[in-house]
Amino acid sequence: MSKKYNVVTSISYPKEGAMGKTGSWRVFKPIFSKDKCVKCLRCWIFCPEGAVKKNKDGSVSIDMDYCKGCGICANVCNVKAIIMEREEQQ
Amino acid sequence: MAIKDLPDTEYVLAGSAACPGCPATIGLRIVLKALGKNTVMIVPACCTAVIESVYPNTSFDIPVMNIAFEAAAAGASGVEAGLRMQGKKDTTVFAWAGDGGTYDIGIQALSGAIERQTNFIYICYNNQIYSNTGIQRSGATPLGAWTTTTVGGKTEVRKEMGDIIRAHHLPYAAQACISYPEDLYNKVKKAKSIKGPKYIEILAPCPPGWHFPMEKTVDMGVLAIETGAWALYEFENEKMIFNGKSKLLLEKKIEPKPVEEWIKYQGRFRHLFKPTRDEKTLKAIQDNTDIIWERYRKCYL
Repeated sequence: MSKKYNVVTSISYPKEGAMGKTGSWRVFKPIFSKDKCVKCLRCWIFCPEGAVKKNKDGSVSIDMDYCKGCGICANVCNVKAIIMEREEQQ
Repeated sequence: MAIKDLPDTEYVLAGSAACPGCPATIGLRIVLKALGKNTVMIVPACCTAVIESVYPNTSFDIPVMNIAFEAAAAGASGVEAGLRMQGKKDTTVFAWAGDGGTYDIGIQALSGAIERQTNFIYICYNNQIYSNTGIQRSGATPLGAWTTTTVGGKTEVRKEMGDIIRAHHLPYAAQACISYPEDLYNKVKKAKSIKGPKYIEILAPCPPGWHFPMEKTVDMGVLAIETGAWALYEFENEKMIFNGKSKLLLEKKIEPKPVEEWIKYQGRFRHLFKPTRDEKTLKAIQDNTDIIWERYRKCYL
């Protein structure tokens, strides 16, 4: 990820948050309750942003810096371990 | 293969420019998990050219080459030839294009590259519109769908790209959907292991383009399969193998849901239901789906 190439043309380098902290786009935020989670990882694979991170023990955590609040994770969760709540007004 | 067995490595980094609920990034994450690090991606003008984000940063952790709209497959042919001359034979070259760059604008380059037996994978993520430029009609837009250039609903049926591709007698072609990640992963893995041209098409339900709530992206893909509006299949060694629910639909082991079940959730078909139901167009849409499945049964059962 950090390797730089010695080329004449202009190239872009990979960076997390290339468009800044996209979490600021959010209107609804996901609330994850660990005790309900059955570790099926559907939220992880269907997250368009890769903001649902897979932990070593197979559970998940949500990166709120980049979560755009689309709600796919809550919608694909069969046990309702993720629910969406409106963000408080800043 | 279960979801938990898919690799952890992410090549699509968080914080990209994609819309919330974007199916293209869901698909690309799964595809890149299957292809791995040693991969070069060719991107023509399509949503992904925007999702990459702006200079000097990019959201994709693999080498990417951006190229003109019509030239995805031609660019991939060149990159593949260059790598071959350098002796880098284990690098996978794949083109990632939208349905506009595949069905309409890029079809001659694609047809040429497949005919030349170029060793590459062409992946089309099909959201049935030119969504990047503002939801215009494409060859993949289904009958009756609203776009900004078909205001009263499209009057023509969509092109069957799979049939055109299969006419090239290529080693591997497949249709997948973002709602079935294990199926998509297996198909890309298989394509990677085969030498020669490979074509995979992924149905990508687009929330802003199809006008449905952004959390329903995955549900729309599932309904497309269950109603028969889209089929999951593999074409290998001149043989068609249908997968999952599409196999059951082909063998008539389950009844397909009416296509109306799929289109009634999409705002782009709203004019068919309000103010009055347009029975004629609804029947034409259902008939078109039935004709496609009858042909599948006649040819491949």
